[in-house]
Amino acid sequence: MNREIAVVAFAQTEHRRTSEELSEVEMLMPVLHEVLARTGLKTADIGFTCSGSSDYLAGRAFSFTLALDGVGAWPPISESHVEMDGAWALYEAWTKLLTGDADTALVYSYGKSSPGPLRDVLTRQLDPYYVAPLWPDSVALAALQAQALIDAGDTDEPALAAVAARSRADATANSHAQLRGSVPRGEYVVRPLRTGDCPPIGDGAAAVVLAAGERARELCERPAWIRGIDHRIEAHGLGVRDLTDSPSTRLAAEKAGAFQRPVDTVELHAPFTSQEVVLRKALKLDDSVRVNPSGGALAANPVMAAGLIRIGEAAARIHRGESDRALAHATSGPCLQQNLVAVLEGDPR
Amino acid sequence: MPEVLKAPLTVEFPFTRSLGPVQSAFLTGLRERVVLGVRTGDGRTLVPPVEYDPVTAEEIRGLVEVAATGTVTTWAWNPAPRRDQPLDTPFAWVLVRLDGADTALLHALDAPGPDAVHTGMRVRLRWAEERTGAITDIACFEPYDGEQGELTGHTGEFEDPVTGIVAPARLDYTYSPGRAQTAYINALAEQRNVGERCPSCRKVYVPPRGACPTCGLATSEQVEVGPHGTVTTFCIVNIKAKNLDIEVPYVYAHIALDGAGLALHGRIGGIPYDQVRMGLRVEPVWTEGARYPDHYRPTGEPDADYDTYRELL
Repeated sequence: MNREIAVVAFAQTEHRRTSEELSEVEMLMPVLHEVLARTGLKTADIGFTCSGSSDYLAGRAFSFTLALDGVGAWPPISESHVEMDGAWALYEAWTKLLTGDADTALVYSYGKSSPGPLRDVLTRQLDPYYVAPLWPDSVALAALQAQALIDAGDTDEPALAAVAARSRADATANSHAQLRGSVPRGEYVVRPLRTGDCPPIGDGAAAVVLAAGERARELCERPAWIRGIDHRIEAHGLGVRDLTDSPSTRLAAEKAGAFQRPVDTVELHAPFTSQEVVLRKALKLDDSVRVNPSGGALAANPVMAAGLIRIGEAAARIHRGESDRALAHATSGPCLQQNLVAVLEGDPR
Repeated sequence: MPEVLKAPLTVEFPFTRSLGPVQSAFLTGLRERVVLGVRTGDGRTLVPPVEYDPVTAEEIRGLVEVAATGTVTTWAWNPAPRRDQPLDTPFAWVLVRLDGADTALLHALDAPGPDAVHTGMRVRLRWAEERTGAITDIACFEPYDGEQGELTGHTGEFEDPVTGIVAPARLDYTYSPGRAQTAYINALAEQRNVGERCPSCRKVYVPPRGACPTCGLATSEQVEVGPHGTVTTFCIVNIKAKNLDIEVPYVYAHIALDGAGLALHGRIGGIPYDQVRMGLRVEPVWTEGARYPDHYRPTGEPDADYDTYRELL
């Protein structure tokens, strides 16, 4: 049961405002080919394939079955899909490898937000009885959380602007980022959040290869071993929660072993500046830790892929020898409703 | 690169949802201008009420009335209301803890501007004129500096409770089909069927979707197929579709166009429905100005041998 499982390769698209000239599978395929090329594997060599996406984003029913064309899923392969961010697809693949049923897994996710009104589309994930009929958009809900943080003295607008500025400055080194460099704070979208506090809306895809034990060492010079991974969820009602905290993130981190030893790098999936404040508090991060060297979701937030990208970015730093122990976080739902934490480590150098 | 094809796509559903007993009481209460919460085992009152305790998962059913006045626990100013939101003039989103409740309810606050809103401010519920038993029976909240609202003394028992809601949902998209399908659609407009060949297994996909599902590779070599083809299998449609002006019964068939590696589907015309058969040779019938064949009709060629299309069923 105690199989060691690692992220051995990661690839992502250049995230853009629109990819209208490509279908979903056409956008995804180069990423699949790139991640496989990094390991020398072919699609036929993969033991298990798991994907994450949502048909609501582009309004295309069963788009995930069309995307499966890109992995050569006919005749049928062993595969699964979650209507969630790819980080949760990775979780499923990790459990599959733990069972010993497969030694390698391909995990991918994609989102095309450009065809639809994303802020409205995301209201469809809310409580259908009491909340969704009011159409509170994703920025409005994040803004309620931001105001609660300001009222609690946890942050203020200049501090939020600093999170945005740091993220987009770091993103200048990330060729995949959609928004980088100096980005104006902008007008209020929903006060207290300004355009600069919000993630860019765009299209993108990402893919990861997982491998178990010796197979991982064959496929990657320095595998990013998954030392722990866990996901937890908050109560359903927004008004039941303390929006200034994220007990689910803290618990997931605890279960993933994040607090056993310090990490040197953290990739947080915080689409809004204020959510980084919540996550830093929940994970007890101080300024000694490098947070979101990739620029994070404020630099590129392809919905359904941005969480998997956090794990991929953290793993890639371990592959490159830039990190020895990293924490990756993914979120889903309004106001950090559901949270996943993975702890990754490289072999000692 | 050719111009990207685009078309509006509206996805619209009236979702019909049944209610549990607590949800039913709460929404019926709104219809009757009463706000009900539910008591948890440890004595807290949840508004809006839920069927199960979010902490213990215990089934909770004890209803308790709360006031229609309350306190803002957090807020966010919305300068540009979006379609279907509670107010069409700028407003504040608010979480409101009603007097007597321990949790907060999400709704809109009608206020003149952000300077008139703050956490801790007192508000009162404004009822919608027409109420059906839905969260939108609350029109919004409004600033209020009076006394705590009085309770009606309602027990939560109603003679005519609502048992479900119909929640309409509409999302407007701009559909664009991508590279391979754009090329296919553009060729169809010129009355040509153009598929794409897999560089590895050489199979020709019509219509192409840009990838070979067996090899997982991009298809790119364009190959014109047809115009003649073979009916590989078919069905007889006996029920008239809405908004479709075709007499029933008619035949809908899988058609393997000559040179194609898989069958596409289309209607068969120009032959009585009960004479259509596997192996029938057909050709597309184009109508003036249409972007795709209206139907396929027999060519008069001898039927194809089963072995020529057995892999294309």
